[in-house]
Amino acid sequence: MMREDPLLGLLIVFVPLSLLSIGGGPSILAGIENAIAARQWMSQRDFVDLFAIARAAPGPGVLLATLVGWKVAGLAGAALASLALFLPSSLLYYAIARRWSAHRGKAWHTALERGLAPVAAGLILAGSLVILRAGATDIALGAIAAASTAILLWRPKLNPLWVLAAGGVAAVIAGG
Amino acid sequence: MAARVPLSAIIGAFAKIGLMSFGGALSGWMYREIVQRRQWLGEEDFLSGLALGQIMPGANVANLSLYIGQRLRGAAGAAAALAAMLLPPMVLVLVLAALYQSIEEIAWVHRAIGGVAAAAIGLTAMVGLRAARRVERRAVPLAVLALIFLTIGVLGWPMVPVVLVLTPLSIALAWRAPRGHDA
Repeated sequence: MMREDPLLGLLIVFVPLSLLSIGGGPSILAGIENAIAARQWMSQRDFVDLFAIARAAPGPGVLLATLVGWKVAGLAGAALASLALFLPSSLLYYAIARRWSAHRGKAWHTALERGLAPVAAGLILAGSLVILRAGATDIALGAIAAASTAILLWRPKLNPLWVLAAGGVAAVIAGG
Repeated sequence: MAARVPLSAIIGAFAKIGLMSFGGALSGWMYREIVQRRQWLGEEDFLSGLALGQIMPGANVANLSLYIGQRLRGAAGAAAALAAMLLPPMVLVLVLAALYQSIEEIAWVHRAIGGVAAAAIGLTAMVGLRAARRVERRAVPLAVLALIFLTIGVLGWPMVPVVLVLTPLSIALAWRAPRGHDA
C-alpha cells in the first residue's frame, strides 16, 4: 500500500468524525481510537496520555483531536486536525441553529431529538469502554476508573479537576 | 438584549469562558456569564440553544458558543465566539503536551498521567450513563443504544459506517413512533 500523507490522513479521519460527533466530543472517542490503531499513528499508551492531558486542561475534551494532529504531523497537523474537527460540525450546526427557534416544537425537531439521543448515549458509553480497555492496564488503574465514575455519579457538581488530580496521586501511590 | 453587543466584548467573554472551563461543566459557566451576569440572552433562548447543541454533531460547548454568538451578532458573532472560546485552550493544551513529552521518561510522572487518564474515564462514563438514563424506555431507542455500544464498544467495529446506518434509522423510527406510546 502506498504511504498516505499524514496531513491527508488527518483530514480523512477527522472530517467524518466531526459530522458524526452526535451528542458532543466524547461520542467520537471510539472513532478516534479506531483510526489511530488502523493507521498506526501512535501506541495505545501515547493515545491514553493525550486523552488525559486534553481532559485535565481547560477547553472541550475533544481538543484531543488537536493533540492527535500534533503527534502525527507537528503544529501543521495540530492546526489541520482542529479545523477538520471543528469546522464541518460548526457549519452544519450554524445552518440548523438559524432555523431552530422558528420551528420549536415542530415534528421534525422532536424526531431529531428522540432519534439522536440513543445514538449519542451508545457512542459515549462505547467510547468509555474503548478508553477503559486502552488505559486501565492494571488493577489499580481499573479501580481508579471505577471509583471516579462512582464519585462523579454521586456528586455531579464536584469539580472534576479534583477527581483527576486524586486519580494521578492514587496511581503513583499504588505503583505499578 | 437591548444594545448591540460589540464583537470585542464577545471575544473577551468567550476567551474567559474557554480558559476557566475544566472537565466539561461548561454550559453552567456559560449560563452564569451570558444569561445571568451580562444578560445578553434570555433563559429560554439559551436553553433552546443548549438543547440543540447537545444533540447535534460537534462539541456541545462549541455549538453553544456558535449559537450565542449568532444570536448576538450573526455570522461574525458566531465565528468570534467560537474562535475566542477554542484558541486559548488549544494553545495551552499544546504547551502542556509538549511539556509532558519532555518529562514523560520520569517513571512517576508517567504513572501519574496514567492515573489521571483512568480518572478521566470516569468523567466520560458519567456523561454516557446520564445520557443513557434520559433515553426513552421503548424498544427501538434502547435497541439502538445497545447495538451501538455492542458493535463499536465491545466488538470494535469502525464507528463511521455503524453510525451512518443506525442514525437515519433511529430518526426515521422516532418520526413514526407517536409520543408516549409504548412500542
